[in-house]
Amino acid sequence: MNLLETRKLIKYFGDTHAVDNVDFRVGEGEVVALIGSNGAGKTSLVNVISGFFPPDSGQILFRGADVTHLKVHERIKAGIARSFQIVNLFDQLSLLDNVALSIFSRENATQTFWLVADRFGPVWQEAVDILRQFGLDRTREIVAGGISQGERKLLDVAVAYALRPQLLFLDEPTSGVSTRDKAQIMDIVTSVVRSRKITAVVIEHDMDIVFKYSDRIVAMHDGKILADGTPEEIRRNKAVTNTLIGAVDA
Amino acid sequence: MSTVAIPLTQTLSVKTVAWAVLIAAALAVMPFALGEYQTILLAYGLIFAIAALGLNLLLGYTGLLSFGHSAFFGTGAYAVALMVKYLHVQSMELFLLGTVGASFVVAMLFGFVSVRYTKIFFSILNLALSQVLWSLAYKFYWVTGGTDGLRVPTPTLLGGAVGATDDKVHFLAHAYYYYVLVLFIACVLVMWVIVHSPFGKALQAIRDNETRAKFVGIRIRRYRLVAYLVSGVFTGIAGALWVPLNGLTTPDILYWQFSGEIVFMCVLGGFQYFTGPIIGAVVFNYLKSWVVGATTYWQGLLGVILVVLVVALPTGIVGTAKRLIDKTRGATSA
Repeated sequence: MNLLETRKLIKYFGDTHAVDNVDFRVGEGEVVALIGSNGAGKTSLVNVISGFFPPDSGQILFRGADVTHLKVHERIKAGIARSFQIVNLFDQLSLLDNVALSIFSRENATQTFWLVADRFGPVWQEAVDILRQFGLDRTREIVAGGISQGERKLLDVAVAYALRPQLLFLDEPTSGVSTRDKAQIMDIVTSVVRSRKITAVVIEHDMDIVFKYSDRIVAMHDGKILADGTPEEIRRNKAVTNTLIGAVDA
Repeated sequence: MSTVAIPLTQTLSVKTVAWAVLIAAALAVMPFALGEYQTILLAYGLIFAIAALGLNLLLGYTGLLSFGHSAFFGTGAYAVALMVKYLHVQSMELFLLGTVGASFVVAMLFGFVSVRYTKIFFSILNLALSQVLWSLAYKFYWVTGGTDGLRVPTPTLLGGAVGATDDKVHFLAHAYYYYVLVLFIACVLVMWVIVHSPFGKALQAIRDNETRAKFVGIRIRRYRLVAYLVSGVFTGIAGALWVPLNGLTTPDILYWQFSGEIVFMCVLGGFQYFTGPIIGAVVFNYLKSWVVGATTYWQGLLGVILVVLVVALPTGIVGTAKRLIDKTRGATSA
């Protein structure tokens, strides 16, 4: 059974067909790479599915239930979370606070105003554990605005991961970091995701990373799905090679 | 950029508690150490501090600058005055109860409209809404007394157990001062718990990054509205405490200029710090009363002093004091 399925999903911005009649599916436990050149519609597709903006038409099914018109917080409760291409953090809060906030939200505790947050011992313990999994526990008291880009990328994923999603969208988790850091980030992220059996959709431009870490690859071009298959199938796919991989290498 | 968590997120240490107890004890002996005039002046400062604390829940913690909080202060003041006029109420506890209800209703109405917006739109919308209340108080003179305002006699305290004496000044500088002090301490404690609660963390998240806050499941408008309600009620309580001290309320207290003064108290003290608005309110109140007595052109002089203070102390009094203390400690340890 598919964990996620979109049916004839459409999102236009004026004359730009960002998402054009897309039927996209993700099976449970998969790590799917979403590839495509800039403007192919990858982030737009993730934005529509995650609720960042509504689709013009089409349907989004999650675990068989229609989530097309759910609000963002309802999608999160359903089990859909995401990170961002341009790192989106709470820069004046510590790393610990950043992660703890997701846990408070997940546990419906952000409505509590009559108890000091320090009283929620298990929340802080879980936040420390998550930071440790992402290799960020030594800087946990530092504000998010004061750490390196690579650490910020990891924290961005950790904040989404702390929501305990079933489906996690990772929008370019390695963009803007060095080649060495890219592999390190992907090693950490994929090991955490796979250990918790979280289904992940990773938008990525680096083809070495795409082929190394994904179970399946979906290639997009001009808002449409160009190809869908295993890394080997995609590697041999002429259309993909000509339109995407060649373009990226160039 | 600073690499340590800013003081807004710091929690209580034994040292902080010790300082707070010391300051509370010092405030408690003030009526014996200061003259009656100075004690009443301090009571004004503590009342403004409650209003500034209320505003700072929006400004410092939620990232919303309101130029309309005079509306809530005025609502508190007029709620008391109208209860005196129409219901012949004298009890301060009933005044506070009525004020909480009135400021909650006004905050709900204003908040419903304004929390949909942020930044300059939120600020100006609040200013406009507060001016509506000002014009109502100004025009409906048969109800509000117009520019003459409404008089408020000395109230009874603690369910009538403490009544007004013949010497009104003595009553205000002693019994009423302690009443204000207890409520001030209660408001500080309640606000401290709120800003350090998970709800307070959510507000800070909204302030820092609205988009990400939304994508960790926080319902932005709902949280902003709750913050707005709490903020409005705090400021309303300040208005209710202020009016018996002043003896009169006029539309001036609803005017945007007073909203600006509350904002200034926060900025002067340091809105990034929990104690900033408290210090700012007390200092601003003393500064204003001194300047008013010093020259006829007090507005001009006060303006110049305030500009100099803001330029010289960009992180406010508390921020500057903290920096100096840290510097001294650093020099000592080196």
